[in-house]
Amino acid sequence: MLKHRILSVILILLAVGIGYFVYASQAGLNPTVAKYAFKLGLDLNGGTELVYKADVSKVRSGNVDDAMSSLRDVIERRVNLFGVSEPVVQVEKAGIVSGQNDHRLLVELPGVTNIDQAVAMIGQTPQLEFMLLKDSAKDLTTEEMKSKSISDLFDSTGLTGQYLDKAQLQFTTQGSGQIAGEPIVALSFNAEGRDLFAKITKENKGKVLAIFLDGQAISSPVIRDEITDGKAIISGGFKADEAKALVRNLNYGALPVPIELVSTQTVGASLGANATTAGVKAGVVGFLLIAIFLIIWYRLPGIIATISLSIYIILSLTIFKLIPVTLTAAGIAGFILSIGMAVDANILIFERMKEEIKRGKSLSDSLHEGFTRAWLSIRDSNISSIITAIVLFWLGTSAIKGFALTFGIGVLVSMFTAISVSRTFLFAIVPKSNNRFVKFLFSNGLHI
Amino acid sequence: MVMFGFNFGIDFKGGSILEVSYQNARPDMESIKTDLNTLGLGTYILTPLGDSKYVLKARDLTPAEKTQVFNVLSGSGDPAFAERYGVTKEERFNSIGPVVGQELKNKALLAIALVVICIVLFITFAFRKVSYPVSSWKYGIATIIALAHDVIIPTGVFIVWSHFRGGEIDMLFVSALLAILGYSVHDTIVVFDRVRENLRLSHDARGKDTFQETVGKSVTQTFGRSINTSLTIFLSLVALYFIGGETTRDFAFVLIIGVIAGTYSSIFVASPLLVTLQKLQKKN
Repeated sequence: MLKHRILSVILILLAVGIGYFVYASQAGLNPTVAKYAFKLGLDLNGGTELVYKADVSKVRSGNVDDAMSSLRDVIERRVNLFGVSEPVVQVEKAGIVSGQNDHRLLVELPGVTNIDQAVAMIGQTPQLEFMLLKDSAKDLTTEEMKSKSISDLFDSTGLTGQYLDKAQLQFTTQGSGQIAGEPIVALSFNAEGRDLFAKITKENKGKVLAIFLDGQAISSPVIRDEITDGKAIISGGFKADEAKALVRNLNYGALPVPIELVSTQTVGASLGANATTAGVKAGVVGFLLIAIFLIIWYRLPGIIATISLSIYIILSLTIFKLIPVTLTAAGIAGFILSIGMAVDANILIFERMKEEIKRGKSLSDSLHEGFTRAWLSIRDSNISSIITAIVLFWLGTSAIKGFALTFGIGVLVSMFTAISVSRTFLFAIVPKSNNRFVKFLFSNGLHI
Repeated sequence: MVMFGFNFGIDFKGGSILEVSYQNARPDMESIKTDLNTLGLGTYILTPLGDSKYVLKARDLTPAEKTQVFNVLSGSGDPAFAERYGVTKEERFNSIGPVVGQELKNKALLAIALVVICIVLFITFAFRKVSYPVSSWKYGIATIIALAHDVIIPTGVFIVWSHFRGGEIDMLFVSALLAILGYSVHDTIVVFDRVRENLRLSHDARGKDTFQETVGKSVTQTFGRSINTSLTIFLSLVALYFIGGETTRDFAFVLIIGVIAGTYSSIFVASPLLVTLQKLQKKN
């Protein structure tokens, strides 16, 4: 029993230490610790979530994953331009597992509430594509061309902005029949793009290779020679600012695939703040109610359970901070629910104990028996909760995922605290004597 | 449920929802509607919320369209409007395309089915050693029926309640259902676990209890514990309902109904079912 008492004291000290950590990181007392403040989800912090659908129909099938990652990188660069703190840009792949038909891009912008601006800038990244004029269209006059669609006239070559390494603003030099000082845009492709470009120019000498930007042809030079250095020049009568804007947009990423906005969600900051305070208040009140009930009904073990519950809450909160788990309104609700369930394991043990005491066993024996027998029920029933949490996590949008995480982690931690923490405390305080007063302290309910 | 049908929220149907608040006072609904009608939104619903807010539900809106709508709601730049009603603030805006909505619905149904299957398999596995006098998969069946009951009752109650008070079925609702499933099984397992133990005890002691008596004893023994656990969860949910924010209020409500249903289903549905199944088996 001494062992248990020592362990109990250690546990309490640890708990106080961790509790202080939780408090300090929220209150921002110490800079290194403050970075562990809770991450709040969009519905608590205010912010915008945008979901785009990516059209991968033109991408060769082996390259889809690559295209999606470079799309992600491009959009992230754009988003970072706004100075949004901790944006999230994620790819959601299609497939049975995710239950989606197409590839999606998820963009989360915490603290940004003017979505019009956000969407405008994200959507503005230009789409660059090189297309070959079809042989059948070679001899058409300009008039005839105007009446036909792009796909009638041009074949796509597969060379798109995906392969662009860099764009530079340059000015024409004197000579070769050009006016000096005209702004032009110099493109250089990455290694793959260079090879592709070389192949296209080698195989199609004499043909027109038109450069399309956002679906409009801006330049249509004729291929004279194979180009192996992966460089191309767009000269289209640009004015200086047009050229500059184009260079900037191209550099910040020509979109490898076209995207379309399919859903938006914004939460204003004040609504978010209300939700947070309300959630926290509800948590505190819930805890108090449960504590009162436990102490009245279960008396001394009830006090133990309350302490154990506090440790459970502190431990869970710390885990949320360290992982980190993004808290949403649903997440807080899940945590509150799991507080209730955490008590369950304790109650199972106590009820068992009560039975053993009734059967006339000594207190410490009842304790042992109580724990052993209750463990099976606890384990089995908590596994079912965990199954639910896993399915919810797979299913959900970010808000639901928050719930599943807090709920699942809550159940796991509660198993741990009920079995080890409660156990240690109870064993530490169980007295050797068996008189009526002690029995009163340990039994429960309104009767002895 | 048959009577009122399901009132799906935009999560599943697609559409948009815009919530705005006014600083001083709320403008008159009819005049706002007249202006909205000129925008070509198709069918929409404008409802007041609390004292200072309006909630607009319509088909899914592009951000540009939303700006137009917000313009109307905030008085189209008329300074007299701003004076009377104060600053108009956009509290939240969700717009979901119909394809996404449909997918979410399918996912939700799949999730519910998956959870039920997993849980039944798990129970059959956990109780595999208790094949006498009722084979272990019968425990699974009794659990499914209790679970079905636990899902149908809260859904039904919610639908009736929301018919009068305006709730919607959205992702949060589905999560609540799944949480109820998890919790209810939790509860049922405790009772069945007791049955298992008592069966073993009476077998060892060559007792004369019939299966029915064993189950009955188990239920009585676990009664106190079931009630108490449900009470603690109930308390935490009540706190959430009254004090937690609006977003989680419906969620808490569904869970409360679910916890109540879950508790009594373990006692009054699952256990008697077990006995009935055993009796049927004996007759054969």
